[in-house]
Order: sequence, then C-alpha cells, then structure tokens
Amino acid sequence: MSSGINMLIFEQSRKGRTNPSQAPFERPELTGIPESLQRKKRVVMAETSEMQTVRHYTRLSKKNFSIDTHFYPLGSCTMKYNPRACNSLSMLPGFLSRHPYAPDSMSQGYLSCMYELQEMLKDVTGMKEVSLTPAAGAQGEFAGMAMIRAYHDSRNDDQRTEVLVPDAAHGTNPATAVMCGYKVREIPTNDQGDVDLEALKQVVGPQTAGLMLTNPSTLGVFERQIEAIAGVVHEAGGLLYYDGANLNAILGKVRPGDMGFDVIHMNLHKTFSTPHGGGGPGAGPVGVNERLKPFLPVPMVAYDGDHYSWVTEKENPQTIGRLSGFMGNAGVLLRAYIYARLLGREGMVRVSEYSTLNANYMLALSKQKGFDLAFPDRRATHEFIITLKRQAKDLGVNTMDFAKRLLDYGFHAPTTYFPLLIPECLLVEPTETEDKETLDAFMDVMAKIEQEARDDPEYVKGAPYTQPVRRLDDVRAARELDLVWKSE
Amino acid sequence: MSEIPGELKYSKSHEWVQIEDDGTVLVGITEHAQDLLGDMVYVEVPEVDSEIEVEEACAVVESVKAASDIYSPVSGTITASNEALTDSPELVNSDPFGEGWIMRIKLADRADLDQLMDATAYAEHVESEDH
Amino acid sequence: MPYIPHTEEEVGQMLDTIGVDSIEDLFDEIPASLRHKSLDGVPTQATEMEVTRLMHERAALDGQPLCFMGAGAYDHHIPAAVWQITTRGEFYTAYTPYQAEASQGTLQLLYEYQTMMANLNALDVSNASLYDGASAMAEAILMAVRANRKSKSKRILMPANVHPAYRKTAEAIVTNQGITFELIDYDHTSGCIDPASLPTEPGDFAALIIPQPNFFGTLEDVNVLTDWAHKHKALVVGVVNPIALAVLVPPGEWGESGADIACGEGQPLGIPMSSGGPFYGFMCCKQAYVRQMPGRIIGRTVDLDGKPGYTLTLQAREQHIRRSKATSNICTNQGLMITASTIHMALLGAEGLERVALSCHDNTRKLIEKLTSIDGVEVVFSGAYFHEVLIRLSAPVPEVMRALYAQNILPGYAIQDDYPELENCLLVCATEMRTDSDIETYASHLQRVMGK
Repeated sequence: MSSGINMLIFEQSRKGRTNPSQAPFERPELTGIPESLQRKKRVVMAETSEMQTVRHYTRLSKKNFSIDTHFYPLGSCTMKYNPRACNSLSMLPGFLSRHPYAPDSMSQGYLSCMYELQEMLKDVTGMKEVSLTPAAGAQGEFAGMAMIRAYHDSRNDDQRTEVLVPDAAHGTNPATAVMCGYKVREIPTNDQGDVDLEALKQVVGPQTAGLMLTNPSTLGVFERQIEAIAGVVHEAGGLLYYDGANLNAILGKVRPGDMGFDVIHMNLHKTFSTPHGGGGPGAGPVGVNERLKPFLPVPMVAYDGDHYSWVTEKENPQTIGRLSGFMGNAGVLLRAYIYARLLGREGMVRVSEYSTLNANYMLALSKQKGFDLAFPDRRATHEFIITLKRQAKDLGVNTMDFAKRLLDYGFHAPTTYFPLLIPECLLVEPTETEDKETLDAFMDVMAKIEQEARDDPEYVKGAPYTQPVRRLDDVRAARELDLVWKSE
Repeated sequence: MSEIPGELKYSKSHEWVQIEDDGTVLVGITEHAQDLLGDMVYVEVPEVDSEIEVEEACAVVESVKAASDIYSPVSGTITASNEALTDSPELVNSDPFGEGWIMRIKLADRADLDQLMDATAYAEHVESEDH
Repeated sequence: MPYIPHTEEEVGQMLDTIGVDSIEDLFDEIPASLRHKSLDGVPTQATEMEVTRLMHERAALDGQPLCFMGAGAYDHHIPAAVWQITTRGEFYTAYTPYQAEASQGTLQLLYEYQTMMANLNALDVSNASLYDGASAMAEAILMAVRANRKSKSKRILMPANVHPAYRKTAEAIVTNQGITFELIDYDHTSGCIDPASLPTEPGDFAALIIPQPNFFGTLEDVNVLTDWAHKHKALVVGVVNPIALAVLVPPGEWGESGADIACGEGQPLGIPMSSGGPFYGFMCCKQAYVRQMPGRIIGRTVDLDGKPGYTLTLQAREQHIRRSKATSNICTNQGLMITASTIHMALLGAEGLERVALSCHDNTRKLIEKLTSIDGVEVVFSGAYFHEVLIRLSAPVPEVMRALYAQNILPGYAIQDDYPELENCLLVCATEMRTDSDIETYASHLQRVMGK
C-alpha cells in the first residue's frame, strides 16, 4: 500500500511536492524586517499532493465512531442527531465572512439571530438575562462562579470562601470553583441519589459562597429536594449555581429559574444539538436572575425595537469581563439558533419527553435482562446507570471490558467509571433521536456480552478485535511521552 | 495482604516514615497505597531546601487514572528528593519501601512522630478503609 | 416529529415495557409545584424550507465587504477540501476520543496537529487546543505561574501593546487567583517595547508576555526581551500569529534559550472569520513544562499486539481526574477547528505557508504605500511590521469609516477606545487575499473621503 492507512501524513511526504494553487504563485521578498527576527530554518511540514492529503484525512475519518455512523450513548454528553441544516445554514457566506469587528450596520443579520437566541434561552431556563459568550460548558461554569464572587464582592461580603459541590459532580465543578479562588467542600449523596440534606445543613454557613448543582444529577435522577436545598443555601446567604449538563432531560418540563437557581450555564453542544466535533467546539451560555444581571460577561446583544447592537463594558460596567477575544463560539451559537427555530416550542418539549422515554425504556430492559442498576427504585431521567460490580467480582470482567466489547458490536460505549461514586458503572444516555430498534439491539448485545463473559471471560477481556487497534498501552503512553512526530 | 514493615511509622494518608539517626526521616508511600493507585507514570518530588508543614501536600504521584498528593507526615526541611523517580516512576510500584522512597526531611519537631501509627495500628487502618 | 423517530405503536410498546400509562408519568418525581406549562418565548416550529429561507435572508443582510480589517481575525484563503473533509460526519459528530480504539482517526489527526504546531513554534510539545487566542493567553499565564519553580511570584509583566481584548480576557480569568498584572508601556515612536526602558531591578515576577507581532502590527525585539526575562528568572510567554511564524523567528528560538510557552490564535490557519468564533487557541511549550500544560494531549503508544496507536495521555492533569487540583477546568476544546487547521496546514505545506506569509507582508507594504500617498494619511510607528500597520488620518476616523462602510469596505480597526492617546488611528491589514485592484479601490475611496 503506497499510502498505508496507518502512516502519518509526514511519512507520506516527498521533498518538493507542493500544491501551488493553494497559495499565491509569487514569492515576494521580505523587506524591512531585521535578519535577527527572521526564521532561519524552514518549518517542517508534510509535502503531499492535494489528492494524497484528501485521501489521507478521508481515510482517517473512517477510523472514528460518530453519531452519523454509530449509536453513541455517552452518558452526560447528549450525543443526539445534529441536523445537517444547522451546519449548512450557519456556513452561508454572509455568516462565514463576517469580521467580528464589522460595524453594527453590517451585522444586523447575525445580531438578530443572537438576540433571538438570548430571548429563547431565557424562556426555556426561566432566567432573567442571558449572555451567550462563554465558549464551552466549563467556561460557562467559570462565568457563573465568577459572577457569584463578583456579587459577594460588590456587597463587601468577603467572608465567603467556600463553594459546596456534591460528590457526584462533574470534575469541572470543583476545578472551576478553585479557578475562582474558592475552597471546595464536598457534600455527600444519600443512597437514593439525592443530596444528603442533613449533611448540607451542617456545612452551610456564612462562609458559603454558593452551591453548584446539576439537576437532574450525574446519577441520572432528578433531585427531589431541590426546593429545600435552595432554601438552605439562600438562608445562609449563598447563591445557587445550576450546571446545565443535563438540561436535555427537563426542557419545557421544569425550569432552573423556577427551581430557585440564581445562575446557570447551558451546554448548547448537548441540549441544542450543536456538533461535538471530536472534542469541541461547544458553547456554554449563562443565564442569571435579577440580582446577578450587572455581572454578566460581555459582549451581549441588545435590541431597541428597530436596531440590534452590542452590549459591552460601557453599558455594563460591573461585568466580570470578557472570556474570549470576540463573542465566544459565534458559529456554534448560530447552529443552536437554527436548531431552536426548527424545533420550536413544540419540539423543545418533545426533546425531554422522548429522551426520558428512551432512557426509561432501556432501564426497564436492563432490569429484564438481569443487570444491576445504581438506583433501581428511581425513575431514569434522560440517562441511567448500570453497575457491573457483580460481573467484575464474579466473572472478572469489568466495565472497561464491556465497553471495549461493545465497540466490536458497533456501539460506542456509554460513559464509563463516572460518576466516581458508583463502582464499575456505565452511564447510559440514549437521547431522543434514537429509534426503538437501536435501543433493543444495544440491550441484546449487552446481554450477549454478559453471556460471553460467563463462557470465555478472557475473550471479552481481550476486546476489541474489530477496531483499527486493540487495547492501547496507556501506561507506556504516559511514561514514554511521544507527543510529536520526529523524522529520523 | 500487602507488606507493612514493623520498623516503620505510618500516616493515615498512607505515607511511611523511617526514622534515621541523623535527625532526618525518609518518606515514601506504602505498598498498599501504590497498589490502589496502579502503575506509576510520574512522580513529582519536592524541591530540596524547601520548608514544609505537617500534612502539607509536597509531592505528587501519578498513575494513568489518578493523581495523588503526598502529604508530609512531619514538619521540617527537605534535605533530599529521590531524583531517580523522574526517569523511573515504576520504582514506587516495584520497591515502595526501598528504591521507591520519595524524600528525606530534617525534622523540625520530633513530637510530630508521636502522631504517627505503628505497623499494627496502620494494618488496622488499612483494614477499616477496605470496608 | 422532527428528529424523533418513534411511531405511535412503538411509544405504546415502550410505555408497556416500562409499566406506565403515559410519557407524562415519567416526570412524576419532579415536584408538581415546579412544573412549567408552556414556552411562549420560543417561536413555533418551522420546516427546514422555512428556516433555510430565513437564514439566507439574515446572512445576506451582513453582506461580504472588502476586508482590510485584522485586529485578531484575518481574511485568508481556505482550500475547498478543508471544510469538506472537516464536516464529514465522522469528524463532525464524534466526541472527545475517550474510547481510543474507536477514535483513531481523530486521535492520529490530533497527533499530527501537535507535531505541526510544535514545529511551527519550534517548541517541544503542543496541546490539542484551547478555546481561542485570548483565553489561551490567560491559560498560559496560569501555567507560567505554576511552572516557574524559581519564583513564587504571581506578578505578570504585560506589555500595553498586547491585544486589548486578550488583556481583558486574561484579567477576567486569572485575577480571581491572586495574579496581578504590571503594564509595560510601549515606545511611542516605534510602537514596540523598548528593551532599554526595562528596569535593571524588576523585582520578582513569574513571566513576561511578548506579543509577536504586537497589536499595532510591529515586531518586537524578541531575542533581547527573552534573554532579559530569563536573566531575572521569569518565564517567557510568546503570543504569536501562526502565519507570521512561517517567516519570523519562532518562539522556541527566541534569544539564548527560547520562549518557554507559546500561544496564540489559530484562526488564520483554515478557520473562517465567522463573527469571531469558533476559533481555537494553540499552546506549545518546552518539554519540562508539559505536565503543567492545560487541555487535552494525545500520545503515541502501542496496542496489545505491539501495533502503533494513539490515545489521550497525561489525563491525570485534567479536571475529570484531579478535580479541584486540575491544571484547568477546561473539558470541551475546539477539536473540529484543529481538524480543519491540520488539513489546512497539510494542504499548504511549508512552501504554501511561506508564500501566504510573504504575500501578506507584501500586500500590506503595497497598501501602506498607496494609503500614505494620500494627503493626511501617515504611518504612526517606525517599527518593522508583518501584515498590519497603524495609520493616522487627519480626518475624524468614525466619519471616514462610515463613508467607507457605505462603499462595502471594512477600512480597518479604530483603536481610539482602547488607546485614547492614538486618536484618529486605524489599524489596517492586507492578507494574501487582497489584490492590487482591491488596494486601489480602498485607496481611491479613502482619497475621495479625505478630500471632502
């Protein structure tokens, strides 16, 4: 094979091979730049033809699982169908070529979409104002916690040094609290998956800046005591932060603003179906109630009934500031806007209804097939947790083995080993866009793998067998770091 | 049951302490601890001459799936760090009580040693954590 | 139902299996008092046909002006193949490659990206992207404070000619951790930091930021600045334009021992301007600091059969493992953007990147020649430039800009709001996309407007 599929682009390089039509033909001189500031050695890049390059990356793409090719029930990630129209319409020339500093007069098309998206997100979350600028969920979390800090600071309330985080939370929650200069205190979860309210009452106090909560939680259940929790935290002068990772489960059914949250972030790459792109980009807009409005990150978009314009530091002097050079992931926001227009208010409610139906159906099938559930007596939200602790103990086949074997059957694995509270867990999120046949097939395969684990555990532990590579040596990857290819 | 040498002292966070004649102590992590963490891929040792407080995080051991702070069992001054771990972190797995030592500390207060457990008490501590 | 495949019959079967009567029953754990009734603030559903028409109308409103604006987002040619491949479903709809065996395509591509970026910056390692150039600089500052073991200082020396939006972003992101900035003024003749003006006893500081080119487009004496910072036991963070690096000395070769960390905006490498995002931030560093680097990193290793393969590595730095002690809270990055950038760099190659860089420089030189031949237009700073130049007009800039907007021209970026001392100044840029005739169009309109 002349351009072997595993070869790196650099290994296919031939000295002197170029694509002349992709850059100007001329090579003008570099004038007026001191010798000492000029590059001496040419950059090492691949020298490949256009066709070779296209073929290489097209072939690489085929070594991926993706929503477009496989069921991808990655819990807490909401891997639903990404309508193609959202992509093609957000890539219309007028949107693509708009310079971020183009004047308002040449931006009314873009700004109108952003303003309307802000308004829609306010309505679906029950918050008073929304800023679209955070570039991803984690940045939205940062913006939220920075606003909480700015709020306390503005009241000269400087004794609030602690942020409370349930032990089931995403790792981004404690990491974010620390980035905002807070100490983190973990709150335990009870055996039904709800926050341990008594434990919360004991640690909350004048030092509490706020509580970060995901609801539905990462345990795949709705936090039933949310009103009591909000009461306890607010009573102590703390604020309530809503991690919107699981908003898909409750869209149109219950709103974070009505639950008592002061500030929230949304993951548009989850709930609003913008693509995950092999790791991003996402978008993490934040919404706030009345008292946090002055602190929202800029820029935002305003509308006076006739004209759309930017809201900046000038209009919002108390803002926590800017989180990126321009307006975050503008093109992702456009995709979310298009998705929201396609779904409309009717479609929004169906998102939570059918994602919840699918998860509860899979949960019921899991019971039928004899799998252990983390919370067998609870309703699933849009996701649920299977624990394979018994299989790991009795058969020596653990969650990782199941996950790898699923790949052989053409299913991406659910989220594994998260949340950390549940041993040997699989967090399964089917989303609303999957059909019944797919869910049935997945659960049949789970049962089949369990049978394989009984008959021939070693075989399951050796999976996968059908992928471009078998299990990789992670220890070697971390010990003998090879992060950059070098020619001999 | 993992090895717990009788002549050493132990902390609740699974560090071992070997008391030397020259007023220093040698510190590492126990066999039980390395077993929990799995294959080490990196150890960050403390800077020599730095001052540390008891229970201060002063080194990091890292496996593929976890990174864990090492808390100093005593207060004092770091007089040596095990530089060999930079290239061979696996020594913490293969010889936790010997070649896999992490740091040497000059004691600021010998009374810190009284707070540590002996082998029997540590064995019970490990046992209780397993449940 | 749009994007929901269930038939009525299937819904019935599924509800039977669950053992409830209706979908509504599945929400019975939510307190009734909290239940929301309707979403009146969201328009009613629309067909793809209707939304297509709407979006075409909106996009057309924004037009496609002739762009002489840079200031952090640049109008470069992007080969057709770049986004055709990037938006293949296999790249577009995958996620972070947690299951390495089923993600070798993305992983190998990211390893190639890391190699290209490290080579471009002449540094040892690269991560697999941050959100954008501004937030990458903020992360680089946090990283420098962690990584500098010779200094416990949290003080950062920040030149005033670093992009104002980058400085604002860094302030918003890092000051909650007690990090402080000390502004270094630029030389008002050259537009650059004057190394001779730097203090001989600067006191303890963690890092010096060096922009190349700086926000005014002029080139810093990076070698002298780097050596000065290193002499004072500080780290050097380069904030660089990746196209410029094809012809300018790369951060890893600045001064005696090179910058320690380089970061910047990746947009010029295959990403459309698209209102400022999604772009991506790149970050490279010396090997010694790799464990302090934020974000995903891909490593090459072998599988059970000894065959080479790629996987996420050094994950113990990250929030999903280290939680409150992670190097950053970043989780989602800009994977799709660097997919495009990798294909873009592969298609251009070193020769293509150089020709783009040289053309940008040459076109900007031509633009400046033309514009300064107009009465009342002069270059502000004497420093050497790459592809952006600050010019001063004898007429009020806001009025001139309005007149040129009317001609469908983006004449540049007015910097007066950020630098009150630079009144009626315009930051202009001509990339390889601008032809002689584009430049002529701009110059003739400007001349007419200025002549009024």
